[in-house]
Amino acid sequence: MALPQVKLGALEARLSRMQPIDTGWSASARAAALNTLNAMGLPDRRDEYWKYTNPAALVAPEAAPAQVLGLPEAALCGDLERLKIVFVDGVFDPEASDDLIGSGVQIDRLAACQDLDLHWAKPVYGSLEAQGQVPVERPLAALNTAFASDGVLIHVTAAVKPILNIVYRHENPLSDVMLHHLIKLEPNASLTLVENGPIAARSNLVMEVEVADQAQFHHIRAQGRDHEQRCCSSIFASLGRESVFKSFTLTVNGVLTRNDCVLSLKGDDAVAHVAGACVGDGAFHHDDTVFITHDAVNCESRQVFKKVLRNGAVGVFQGKILVKPGAQKTDGYQISQSLLLDEDSQFLAKPELEIYADDVICSHGSTSGAIDEDGLFYLRSRGVPTPLAVDMLTLAFLAEALDEIDNDILSATMLEQLEAWLARWRS
Amino acid sequence: MLEIKDLHVSLEEEDKQILKGVNLTVEAGKVHAIMGPNGSGKSTLSYVLSGKDGYEVTGGSAVLDSVDLLEMDPEERAAAGLFLAFQYPVEIPGVGNMTFLRTAVNAQRKARGEEEMSAAEFLKLVRAKAKTLKIDADMLKRPVNVGFSGGEKKRNEILQMAMLEPKMCILDETDSGLDVDAMKLVAEGVNALRDEGRGFLVITHYQRLLDHIKPDVVHIMANGRIVKTGGPELALEVENNGYSDILAEVA
Repeated sequence: MALPQVKLGALEARLSRMQPIDTGWSASARAAALNTLNAMGLPDRRDEYWKYTNPAALVAPEAAPAQVLGLPEAALCGDLERLKIVFVDGVFDPEASDDLIGSGVQIDRLAACQDLDLHWAKPVYGSLEAQGQVPVERPLAALNTAFASDGVLIHVTAAVKPILNIVYRHENPLSDVMLHHLIKLEPNASLTLVENGPIAARSNLVMEVEVADQAQFHHIRAQGRDHEQRCCSSIFASLGRESVFKSFTLTVNGVLTRNDCVLSLKGDDAVAHVAGACVGDGAFHHDDTVFITHDAVNCESRQVFKKVLRNGAVGVFQGKILVKPGAQKTDGYQISQSLLLDEDSQFLAKPELEIYADDVICSHGSTSGAIDEDGLFYLRSRGVPTPLAVDMLTLAFLAEALDEIDNDILSATMLEQLEAWLARWRS
Repeated sequence: MLEIKDLHVSLEEEDKQILKGVNLTVEAGKVHAIMGPNGSGKSTLSYVLSGKDGYEVTGGSAVLDSVDLLEMDPEERAAAGLFLAFQYPVEIPGVGNMTFLRTAVNAQRKARGEEEMSAAEFLKLVRAKAKTLKIDADMLKRPVNVGFSGGEKKRNEILQMAMLEPKMCILDETDSGLDVDAMKLVAEGVNALRDEGRGFLVITHYQRLLDHIKPDVVHIMANGRIVKTGGPELALEVENNGYSDILAEVA
């Protein structure tokens, strides 16, 4: 079917600004992604999964400028051993990065290994993203696959001890960045990946993760800081037998954030947890869109999303659990909650369940509420001043999402980030 | 210490007068008890004194050690030395009991211009006080009142009182929902805090609690007023004869 004129125009305008990429082995995957994109066009408000989030700023040919705050890097990893990979406005910074060498892990950069024709990433690049285009189109991810300028390719063959920490820095107020990361975990391998820092004025990130049988992948990221930035991210992951995938995202600030997470549980007894906590003030729009497909027996999936919103901030949650025929003994859980600190803020939630197996447990819930007045009075009656009491109740609200972080140190540093942000918010 | 004069209070939501001229003075070192039938305004009095929303003071005054309570926010009243042990302590999921206690203690100290308590100092103190109330480490770690039994919740109230060391303690039906042993434990906690410089206002339906926390003065409240004041024998009279005789007598 031909694209409507509006979509065609938007796509042509966007593509006309794209820089040509040195393709090498990714050429065919990029060409396929471009074909997909040409067939679907870029998203607009009429698309089912963009009803609550206006994609115009993500689609526009140029990135809108975003003020560079230049805050120092948050110490998310505490004293934990880490291997740091730094991107400044999407450009790899070898000086600021550690040597990309580790035991049990091979790390390359997409932009630096295009000529190695036997590269392990060749059959992986774009494959999970392509699979993730059905049944819901994800044109911004296809755009990324076609035009990503760089990214980290991580091949994990054993239990990797240090945390891999991708640190983003934003220095150019007009930067427009597309990065595409690939992570492939071999059977029994494990990795913890931390992403943090403001990426660019506008960013489009894709991460494809293949988690083989009994492998474990933990992903923790902190988004935000430079408030005017606009970001869309898409995670595509496939899970093998008895594998574990856990992803947690903290978002503070950011005028527009769209996080897609598309997970496919393909091996029996796999576990997928995806969680997020966000706090937004004023011009803040935050959208979590999750699609989890159960395609194996006895798998568990959990979605826990909490949003604190005030001064007209908007939170969106679109979460789907699809249980395919034969995916018996599925245990699916989904909760999305918002704490609205005033009457101007909004939370829009669309939970979806689609189940084709008869022996499954799937539950979902979504709530919006204000600060609990009884709890607030109780704290105040004990001498806790109102602003501090509101913070305590706010953190308590977010705690269930933070509990999803398996690593105590990372969980504690995330909590510190939140506490500091709330303290700044109060002042 | 606490002086309530001609206090008139209405509900904000509906035009209903609850307190119709309460006069009451609690001296330092004394325990006053308030008894009275349901709906007489006992709990309202405790809420109005501690500053809960939803009530409108239409007349009168309430002064704690020459400070006007009614002009202050709840947290200021707490820092000024007022404490309400809730009839229904509130559950606060996600906030650890210990964090809550420490935040409260230090917030009050800060408000009074005192030095905050160090973590070590606090821990030592809270453990000692918790032990006498048979509150174990697990209860201190758990979120505030979440999953606590009725008795545990009330003991937790008394622990907060012991840590905050208020001047004026109001106990709102602290005996409700307690078995005999739990009531004894709570009463012991309260008695341990009896002190020359501290006043108590104990609101209860039953004489039973007053067997354990011996009052100096007993007031009977009905229809928004204190209708009779006497010694501990007044509580016994209520226990034996109910309120009807007293109410008939003052009508």
